[in-house]
Amino acid sequence: MSSSVTTEKDTNLKSQAGKKRSQWGEVWRRLKKNHMAMIGLIIMIILILLAVFANQIADYEEVAIKQNTANRLQGPSRENWLGTDNFGRDIFARIIHGGRISLMVGVVAVGIAVLIGGTLGAIAGFYGGRVDNLIMRAMDIFLAIPSILLAIAIVTALGANLFNLMLAIGISSIPGYARIVRASVLTVKDQEFIEAARAIGASDFRIITKHIIPNALAPVIVQGTLGVATAILSTAGLSFIGLGVPKPRPEWGSMLSDGRTYLWEASHITTFPGLAIVITILALNLLGDGLRDALDPRLKQ
Amino acid sequence: MHKYIIRRLLMLIPVIIGVTFIVYSIMFFTPGDPALIILGENAPEEQVEKLREEMGLNDPFIIQYLRFLKNALKGDFGRSYSTRKPVFNEVFSRFPATLKLSTAGLLLAVAIGIPIGIISATRQYSLLDSITMVLALLGVSMPNFWLGLMLILLFSVRLGLLPSGGDVGFASLILPAITLGTGVAAIITRMTRSSMLEVIRQDYIRTARAKGVAERRVINKHALKNALIPVVTVIGLQFGYLLGGAVLTETVFSWPGVGRLMVEAIKQKYTPVVLASVIFMSVVFSIVNLLVDILYAFLDPRIKSQYR
Repeated sequence: MSSSVTTEKDTNLKSQAGKKRSQWGEVWRRLKKNHMAMIGLIIMIILILLAVFANQIADYEEVAIKQNTANRLQGPSRENWLGTDNFGRDIFARIIHGGRISLMVGVVAVGIAVLIGGTLGAIAGFYGGRVDNLIMRAMDIFLAIPSILLAIAIVTALGANLFNLMLAIGISSIPGYARIVRASVLTVKDQEFIEAARAIGASDFRIITKHIIPNALAPVIVQGTLGVATAILSTAGLSFIGLGVPKPRPEWGSMLSDGRTYLWEASHITTFPGLAIVITILALNLLGDGLRDALDPRLKQ
Repeated sequence: MHKYIIRRLLMLIPVIIGVTFIVYSIMFFTPGDPALIILGENAPEEQVEKLREEMGLNDPFIIQYLRFLKNALKGDFGRSYSTRKPVFNEVFSRFPATLKLSTAGLLLAVAIGIPIGIISATRQYSLLDSITMVLALLGVSMPNFWLGLMLILLFSVRLGLLPSGGDVGFASLILPAITLGTGVAAIITRMTRSSMLEVIRQDYIRTARAKGVAERRVINKHALKNALIPVVTVIGLQFGYLLGGAVLTETVFSWPGVGRLMVEAIKQKYTPVVLASVIFMSVVFSIVNLLVDILYAFLDPRIKSQYR
């Protein structure tokens, strides 16, 4: 009995504090309750830390790049936790350094897509009419090209390097964000607080940046988190067919592609980078799903 | 209904022209002179210049594009740099293999995804449901080319049961189809489950149950019809993912489809082949989406009634 009393008190206290606490504090509280999302978040924090401190964990030049053919195709051991590849390079070190690239491409690509797609979507939704029609028909055309094929075309044309990879993956995911932002702008723009802002003489720019964008943020955050996962998969895919970052820079997809030749003698070369991708994508998916539930409790029944 | 179909067909035209424009503009920036690639690096200057003039490479971009579009409408995407065969024929001759692979992947995904999604929804929170959801999550988190390599490792290298590549009969289709279909199966499972869960909470289902209709019949007859409508859309959208994913799957399994042709063309810088492949796949994708939308209108009378 006593416990239920305390919980009741707690909820009372919480709801009182909740009024003062920001909207984001509330989202965080809901997210914390979701175990799967928290697992995803913790894995992501570990992966980000590994990527940030990659040089401290394993030296880039000495361990991840330098060839040591005497030690090639070794299985997992105490010295090389995940074994070595066909050039005798430590696979664990290469996975960590590869993670830097994957995470960076993922985040920057989504950043590009959100920035351009979000702006286009906001303009389309806010102004409506012909502008809306023009922008959204252009987006429909982009959507007609399967996104990985569009990314392939862009990288083929511009050349395979880190920057073009981010640009290609970013551009190919613009239409999705344009649609999402447009949809949320449409739901927000006719509400009373926008009318109020307009009545006191706020400019279009101010209304969009101060009132509409913050209210359209939730679906973008969810889509962005899941989008990073998609971008990482695309990066690996493009690298796999030779359209990634130039060698010898380690990248998960190109590591997989290199390992293909040695499937019979040293399958660990292929297995581990793939597992790294699976773990990363899984974590982002868990986090994205959790964020969706936390940001929009109405969706969860 | 006819009006609706005709309207959708007409909408396809600007989309396809737009696609050709976008892809052509992108590929236009490809570095490297096509004339040089054809004649070789050491060709004499005037010969290269002559070929450039012949190929119209000195014309302004918009003229080049319009000429490309005019020829493309006739199915002429230029000739391959290497074989001098028409590019379109080359792409088109590879299409049956890609279609076979994508269809097999999709059928597999539907055959697994829909029944499992339904069962999972009818037993929400059961052990079976939890296992299904974990597997589905894994399925969407796996890069398909890696899954393909792991399947080769297990079934071809270790067990020696199935061929690891090429298109040599039914056995060689199994692994690529599983590779391509797994991600889609996971998405269809999740979609079917959530759609079904939504439908079985509705009043008309409660009414059916209250009338004493057997549970099996409630699910198969009453709930399924409505629950499958959003699933059909997802299946249509996934076809684009399948065509894109086929590029990687075909590379893993040396499958002689459009995707592999494209990857080979990228390596050799045969831009027209890449251009034609991307446009071709996009057109196929648009047509499939159109078919799905029409099917959707048949399935959901609420949409049909809007276009009478």
